[in-house]
Amino acid sequence: MNASSKGELMLRVRDLRVDFGSRTALCDVGFDLFAGETLGLVGESGSGKSTMARAILRLVRAVRGSVEWRGRDLLSCDATELRRQRRELQIVFQDPLASLNPRMTVGEIVSEPLRIFEPTMDAGARLIRVGAMLETVGLSTGVIGRYPHEFSGGQCQRIGIARAMIQRPRLLICDEPVSSLDVSIQGQIVNLLLDLQRDTGTAMIFISHNLAVIRHLSHRILVIYSGRLVEIASRDALFGSPIHPYTRALLAAVPPARPVPRGESPEPHPAPEIASGRAPAGGCAYRDRCRYAVAACATAVPLLEEVAPEHWVACHRARDLIA
Amino acid sequence: MQELLRIEDLAVSFALPHRSVYAVRQVSLAVQPGECIGVVGESGSGKTQVFMAAMGLLGSNAASTGSVRFGGKEILGANPKQLNRIRGSKLTMIFQDPMTSLTPHLKIGTQLAEVLVVHAGKSWHDARAAACRMLERVRVPEAERRLNQYPHELSGGLRQRVMIGMSLLCEPMLVIADEPTTALDVTVQAQIIALLDAMRREVGMALVLISHDLGVVAGLADRILVVYAGRVVESASAIELFRQPQHPYTAELLKCIPSLSGPRLERLPTLPGQPPRPGDSADGCAFAPRCRWVAERCRKERPMLRAKDAMHDAQVACHFPLVT
Repeated sequence: MNASSKGELMLRVRDLRVDFGSRTALCDVGFDLFAGETLGLVGESGSGKSTMARAILRLVRAVRGSVEWRGRDLLSCDATELRRQRRELQIVFQDPLASLNPRMTVGEIVSEPLRIFEPTMDAGARLIRVGAMLETVGLSTGVIGRYPHEFSGGQCQRIGIARAMIQRPRLLICDEPVSSLDVSIQGQIVNLLLDLQRDTGTAMIFISHNLAVIRHLSHRILVIYSGRLVEIASRDALFGSPIHPYTRALLAAVPPARPVPRGESPEPHPAPEIASGRAPAGGCAYRDRCRYAVAACATAVPLLEEVAPEHWVACHRARDLIA
Repeated sequence: MQELLRIEDLAVSFALPHRSVYAVRQVSLAVQPGECIGVVGESGSGKTQVFMAAMGLLGSNAASTGSVRFGGKEILGANPKQLNRIRGSKLTMIFQDPMTSLTPHLKIGTQLAEVLVVHAGKSWHDARAAACRMLERVRVPEAERRLNQYPHELSGGLRQRVMIGMSLLCEPMLVIADEPTTALDVTVQAQIIALLDAMRREVGMALVLISHDLGVVAGLADRILVVYAGRVVESASAIELFRQPQHPYTAELLKCIPSLSGPRLERLPTLPGQPPRPGDSADGCAFAPRCRWVAERCRKERPMLRAKDAMHDAQVACHFPLVT
């Protein structure tokens, strides 16, 4: 989906589908990710963002599709091979404290990947690597013997990042890594991730519902709605000329950066919510909230189409909306 | 016009096994009828505890001192019976999580009507009809049908609409909304903010909006209080605060909000360090360790909240307020 590849193709996801019982959580998901690239993934809660992250790492089972990591299909390989590949694939979770084992010290947490993947490494060498990693993420080596509960949310997230990065992964998935942090701390963590990426060339998938954060760190952006990708575009195209009505609603809903004197505020058109919180079946899942919906939207699921170079949209009205 | 709420020198402390820590100290503020005040601070800053104390909702391990007058009457430390005459009717609160603040096993209609039966002495029949009208007012589609549904059958945004409707049933004079949109998606958040704004104009109540998100507060508040480490560090009109923040913490916080417009940055602006934890006590300014303009005096002497000059009603607690 990206012809003008900047680097080596690292991840190729095609036709990915995940079902939870009778409910489809993820459907027809496909995209490419290149070395050193950061892909932003935005969507609301329940849209399938985290499910997508987990399906790529095979933490939940996909019922269909392929996830090729540097040419090897992660979904069909055996457990030994999967384990070997996972060394290069890491994830940082949203809740920084809950994702750290409370009974392990920081040193044990951060060194665990080394103990698993490099069992021959001696304890001294491991300690040096852990100490260096902790300093890279802005903590001191003095924290090695302490426990997660002694740290603030931002510090716990740094520990989580140290654990994810110690193996020098080639893909880092960040699932809302700053959402539970205070605004004053968010920037610190985002910059840390940017620095690490610059220094290591890791490809990154950054999941967030915060469009402003996504804008600052992503090269390309995927917008997901109700389990399907509805728009894929470069950062500038997505923020400069969004096409899908849902993307537009998302952008319109971001609170203003400063107060607007009464009467002067442009009327935003955020999408109305659906009463039950459930998208309608068949056709376009967004149609009940869409101001542009027409009869065709209820009958056929719109597929991703390249409506402008490198700009993919799944909307029957996409051509009308480009103006 | 008489002040609706006046808080004077409020302190809130929590008893821990071997010591007690202050979550709030020396907080004074006033809310005028019909006014919207934004209260902004990071998690753990004590912003919520100020109003939990005012509402008499602190846990049993907490103690509060100072004065909270609502409509001229002292309510801090009042017994629950006295408090319940105003709580839930004249003075109401909306919480962050609309799921856990509704009772899961009671139908929406029952929960709403109960408010009017208890506080307004209405019959169940009348109360239910009024509840239905209120749901329509807060733009809940198919209001009649919702009355017979349980909270889990509604989406998060609709549940928060129900909570807002519930808080408005007795025509309150003051609604305290604690992070009312934090648990919601951005598209829904925008609608809830618009609803709160519309309701304030229609009902004419005053609104205290507590949030960690300056952006959310920016759209609604007439005046904003910035809370840091349990104290108010700046108070100014919303326009003034964004245009010319005087406290270094406010200024840095504003810079930290990533924006959708303007140039894209290679690195996000950051505020170094961590906010102090409750119980960390220092003699000087609590923000001194993170302040780039820190001077010797800041570490020794705590700045008091005071007006910059007689011309402005803006207040700042800083020895060296920023001037442009």
